[in-house]
Amino acid sequence: MMMALASFMCGLIFGLGLLISGMTQPAKVMGFLDIFGRWDPTLGFVMATALGVSGVGFSLLRQRMTPVLASALMWPTRTDIDRPLIVGSILFGAGWGLVGLCPGPALVNLAGLMPSVLVFVLAMAVGVVAKDLWDRSVTSATEPATSADG
Amino acid sequence: MTEFDPISALVGGALIGLASVLLMLLTGRIAGISGILGGCLTLVPDGRAWRVAFIVGLVLAPVASGLLGYPLPTPQMPTSWVIIVIAGFLVGFGARLGGGCTSGHGVCGIARLSLRSIVATATFMGAAIIVVAVMRHGFGG
Repeated sequence: MMMALASFMCGLIFGLGLLISGMTQPAKVMGFLDIFGRWDPTLGFVMATALGVSGVGFSLLRQRMTPVLASALMWPTRTDIDRPLIVGSILFGAGWGLVGLCPGPALVNLAGLMPSVLVFVLAMAVGVVAKDLWDRSVTSATEPATSADG
Repeated sequence: MTEFDPISALVGGALIGLASVLLMLLTGRIAGISGILGGCLTLVPDGRAWRVAFIVGLVLAPVASGLLGYPLPTPQMPTSWVIIVIAGFLVGFGARLGGGCTSGHGVCGIARLSLRSIVATATFMGAAIIVVAVMRHGFGG
């Protein structure tokens, strides 16, 4: 229960960050990605600041053995650069470039109740589930699912 | 509306970083939104409550921001439903296949100096830049 509450607060703060920084607006994201147009550096500033804070925070947390409300710090362990990483990132980037929404900002925008956003999130959910079903059809039941990075 | 505002960008970016650090400090989890969403939508037997709670927090963020004087700006969406559906599917499927999205690889992964995440971020940014260039300027299209 405490873990869910903490997680809810983190989601709320993350969403506030996306909204205040302007990253819920596809126009600003596309403005950053459009390096041949009138370039908008916002996304770069947001990412650099987020990286500064999380980089320092994570390096301090590296010295901790356990989180406050759970039994272990579940740092991602994978280091391999494989085909799914590259192919998945290309597909994700293509979708991101088409509309200017990635999963976080898409979910934050749900509150606006725009039909286009609802359809985008629905299609995104279908994509997420499709990947899971595809995994289940190719891997045997005995093989555990590989851990994701995030 | 899309004027560059460095102060908002810095404050918002710091909040994103803070949320990622707090989630690890409190729950021991990485703030990767596509991964968290995946855990919600696919039938993972345990560890579902914290994931659902995080997503609910994200979805309710505009309510909190409204109280703070930052109403949710109306997003500019494409007029083509075909593009919206294709893009949504690619974002969901691609992020899961690649093991993460802008939050999991782009923020948390790079903050951990993970080469895997740096490669993923460079790849999806490159792909997105090419798609925007072709769509807006018609290069090679």
